[in-house]
Amino acid sequence: MTTTTLAALVPLLPFLGALAGLAVGRTAPGFVRPLAILPTLTAAVLAGLVAVRQGGGRAIDAATQLTPTGSVPIDLALHLDGFAVLVAVLVTVVATCVQLYSTAYLRDDPRYPSYAALVSLFTSAMLLVVYSGDLMVLLVGWEIMGICSYFLVGHYWETPEARAASLKAFLVTKLGDVPFLIGLFALAADTGSFRITKILAAVANGGLEHPTLIALLLLAGVAGKSAQFPLHTWLPDAMAGPTPVSALIHAATMVAAGIYFVARLLPVFAASGAALVVLAVMAAVTMIGSGLAALAQDDIKRVLAYSTIGQLGYMSGALAVGDRGAAVFHLISHGAFKAVLFLAAGVVIHAAGTNSLAAMSRMSGLARRIPDAYWTMTVALLALAAIPPFAGFFSKEAVLVAAEHTALGDRTVAPAAAGWTILVAGLLAAVLTASYAVRLWLLAFRGRGAEVPDHGKQPLAMTSVLWILAVPTIGFGLTAGLLGDWFDGHALTPSLTTAVLATGVTLVGGLVTFGAWRHTTALAARTPIGAVAAHPGAEPALVEAEAMTSHTAAYGTIADASDPADPGRLLLGPLHRHAVTGFHLDALYTALFVRPVRAAARLVRFLDREVVDTYVNGTGTVTRLLGTAVRRAQTGNVQTYVSALLAGSLALAIAAVVFANVNAGS
Amino acid sequence: MHLAYPAVLAALLFCVGLYGVLARRNAILVLMSVELMLNAVNLNLVAFDVWLRDTLHSGQALTLFTIAIAAAEIGIGLAIVLAVYRNRGTSDIDRLRDTAETDEAETLPDTAEADGAETDGAETAPDRADGKTGKTKKAGATT
Amino acid sequence: MLHTAPPLLASATGDHPGFLSPSGVEIAFLLVGLATLGAAVITVTTRQLVHAALWLVVALGGLAVEYLLLTAEFIAWVQVLIYVGSIVVLLLFGLMLTRAPIGRSPDADSGNRWVALGVALASAAALVWVVVDAFRTTWIDLDGPAQGSTAVTGAFLFRNWVLPFEALSVLLLAALVGAIVLSRKRNTDTSTGKGKSTGPTGRPGPIGTPGKEEQR
Repeated sequence: MTTTTLAALVPLLPFLGALAGLAVGRTAPGFVRPLAILPTLTAAVLAGLVAVRQGGGRAIDAATQLTPTGSVPIDLALHLDGFAVLVAVLVTVVATCVQLYSTAYLRDDPRYPSYAALVSLFTSAMLLVVYSGDLMVLLVGWEIMGICSYFLVGHYWETPEARAASLKAFLVTKLGDVPFLIGLFALAADTGSFRITKILAAVANGGLEHPTLIALLLLAGVAGKSAQFPLHTWLPDAMAGPTPVSALIHAATMVAAGIYFVARLLPVFAASGAALVVLAVMAAVTMIGSGLAALAQDDIKRVLAYSTIGQLGYMSGALAVGDRGAAVFHLISHGAFKAVLFLAAGVVIHAAGTNSLAAMSRMSGLARRIPDAYWTMTVALLALAAIPPFAGFFSKEAVLVAAEHTALGDRTVAPAAAGWTILVAGLLAAVLTASYAVRLWLLAFRGRGAEVPDHGKQPLAMTSVLWILAVPTIGFGLTAGLLGDWFDGHALTPSLTTAVLATGVTLVGGLVTFGAWRHTTALAARTPIGAVAAHPGAEPALVEAEAMTSHTAAYGTIADASDPADPGRLLLGPLHRHAVTGFHLDALYTALFVRPVRAAARLVRFLDREVVDTYVNGTGTVTRLLGTAVRRAQTGNVQTYVSALLAGSLALAIAAVVFANVNAGS
Repeated sequence: MHLAYPAVLAALLFCVGLYGVLARRNAILVLMSVELMLNAVNLNLVAFDVWLRDTLHSGQALTLFTIAIAAAEIGIGLAIVLAVYRNRGTSDIDRLRDTAETDEAETLPDTAEADGAETDGAETAPDRADGKTGKTKKAGATT
Repeated sequence: MLHTAPPLLASATGDHPGFLSPSGVEIAFLLVGLATLGAAVITVTTRQLVHAALWLVVALGGLAVEYLLLTAEFIAWVQVLIYVGSIVVLLLFGLMLTRAPIGRSPDADSGNRWVALGVALASAAALVWVVVDAFRTTWIDLDGPAQGSTAVTGAFLFRNWVLPFEALSVLLLAALVGAIVLSRKRNTDTSTGKGKSTGPTGRPGPIGTPGKEEQR
């Protein structure tokens, strides 16, 4: 088979798997698990094969046009370059791991068949985005991901948090998608094609007439999808979905799509310096804000969610300084270690019976109960904090090096201002990243108090994938020297200055957090706190759903816990109160958008009920009144009827005669 | 003879019969008025037949037919009037108002009948025992 | 067959006297017509029902005279025989069987009277206007052999109209049967012997029940 055929099979297989899973899910439950795993696994093997064959060389392009679609043709096109094949490998590997993990995590869930099919569909849509060489086809995958995320985040729809979160995720991403769609049309109008290769060729020839407008419109969609400020608010709430879904969304599919899209079309964005500066500021605000918010969260998954936002900020930063190689490098390494983090967090929540860090800090022996999760999570947190030699270090260094070069004028793709912004924000965010990573680790695994009850050994399907994903978490960064050839060709290796600087501030952040923890941990014994809920022996998904419900019940909010032993509280000081709520962005949006929309809806309802309906009802009433009036004529007296009949025919006869005479006379 | 004489006489007779049909209350008087109208037509037929000197004498033939049909009509009409009188106790046309729109007619037939049966509870039992409660009730309301 | 000349041609020749010099036949026709019309008006307006039937006899008899004046003598005699002789008698029987009150009855006219009057007057005005307008200059030629003598009538009736004539007999038979069926009393009720013979509704019957005595 040719490489093109193989590449076409990669998104197709999970799609067919999803269809088959939906079709037989009810009638033949035994086939559901093979149908969930095997297509994705095959796709992973094929994606690896495609990557080997492509080998980072020239981009492979293939296109077929099914039917003419008007002035701007839409092709079924593949565009396989180094970015596409590597991201596809990441997507398929993570999706396979998530499917494997889900078989154990949702082993007793009655909705597992539809869940697995949606995960397959989600994967297929992301692969379509990755491989597609045509923006309209890309948009199809982009939107399928949106609807799949709605269904998957709302998997526990019995809980109000999940319902609200799924709606919020859908609406916020759609809010970005509207300008995104307009931007796509504007881009096609300027360049005359939806094909990426033709667009890039047109941009290279200076064929773009409104680069800033198009770039900003597209950035709105990217911000919605990749959870960048100010459209990031859906991501922390999306933690109401099952943990494997979070892993899938955060590591490989949904949020990566936005970054990957910008990477593909980077010349379009690079054509507008203003757009790059906007992207840089967006990335900087995202990085620092999410770092502060992550430090204040109590839900272990919300900490990870904010960390995802922060790492996506790094990727946006790399794009803002025009280095898509660094961005995709970080995307892949982040995908690996964030998948580990989420999947391990699922194990932790199952073992502890709670998702509250405050409650975990009052348990001891969690690390001994779940050694696999403990070790892999430690490694992944080290990678997150960018400690050498783990993957996160190299990829983050690549970003910082690109920012440094831009700031110092060695690279001229982006304005120097963008470079400085990213460099400073990146270093600050590194401190915060180390800080919340250390806080998470200390609170989760170094708690003191009652022994964690033994719920038995964690399923092999859940623990094994942790180790599978731990391999790239540890070793992927070492390929930095080779990866440059797969991407744009320039080196991604760290430079000494930034490496020393970043590692230094990381260590400072980690040590400060450790000190704060040593200081506050004494308080933990004095304020007993606990939100452990659930049937500990049940399947992990049920434990998680119950843990979320009880978290809200115990603390009043999903994000916060009034725990004085939290080192984040000490470090943030007065900022903590604001950081917990994501700096009140939700409240701001409520005041700015939700309330006006609701008021408008009430107005519409009023108009409909009281004004429009009045006309409708009035029509009926008038008809009834007329009918009543006409009914009076039906007296039952035959003589009346005959009188009316004769009078009418007489009138007609006279009229006929008169008109005949008039016409004859004229 | 001037043709206008019989023609005008026929027209006037017709209108007199018309008035009788519309204004008389007793059904037999209405039948008499119908006879007047028929005779007006007969007069026309004869007059025009004589004027046209028709070789087939269609006018006179039709007059004879009309007279025969009128006889048949009066027989059937009287039979109907007698039957109505026997059933209703009256031969007044304006009291036979079964088809009148009443407020009760607005409800469904089933409920109307049930309501009628309930409200008629005070009336005599035979009125309701025959299964035509609604009809007899209406007739009772109009007489 | 004999007179093939169009009557309109005769009227166009203008050899007829106008309205101001009526012939004897015309005067007689006019007088009898007035009497007929008067009798008809009394028929539809009198409050005494039996008188109405009797005035109807006058009107129908007047019409028979008019037929004679129009030389349709056979039809005149048929008119007398059937209308005056049978139909009016039938009507009188009907009045008796429905216990019509003898003497003045105040409610002989319904409430529809004024509407009826309006419609009738309007119709009369329209018809008279149209008829007079149409036949202002048309005369009937009454000379020559009588056109409605018994011989002539028999000739055309059994030469040209025999088939409709026979069909008419079937109609009369059907009417006869229908009238009998309609006016027959319900044998089923009398045979089962329960209740009165006045039908299933138990309404006051025409015989032996005092339901409508107040009309008398």
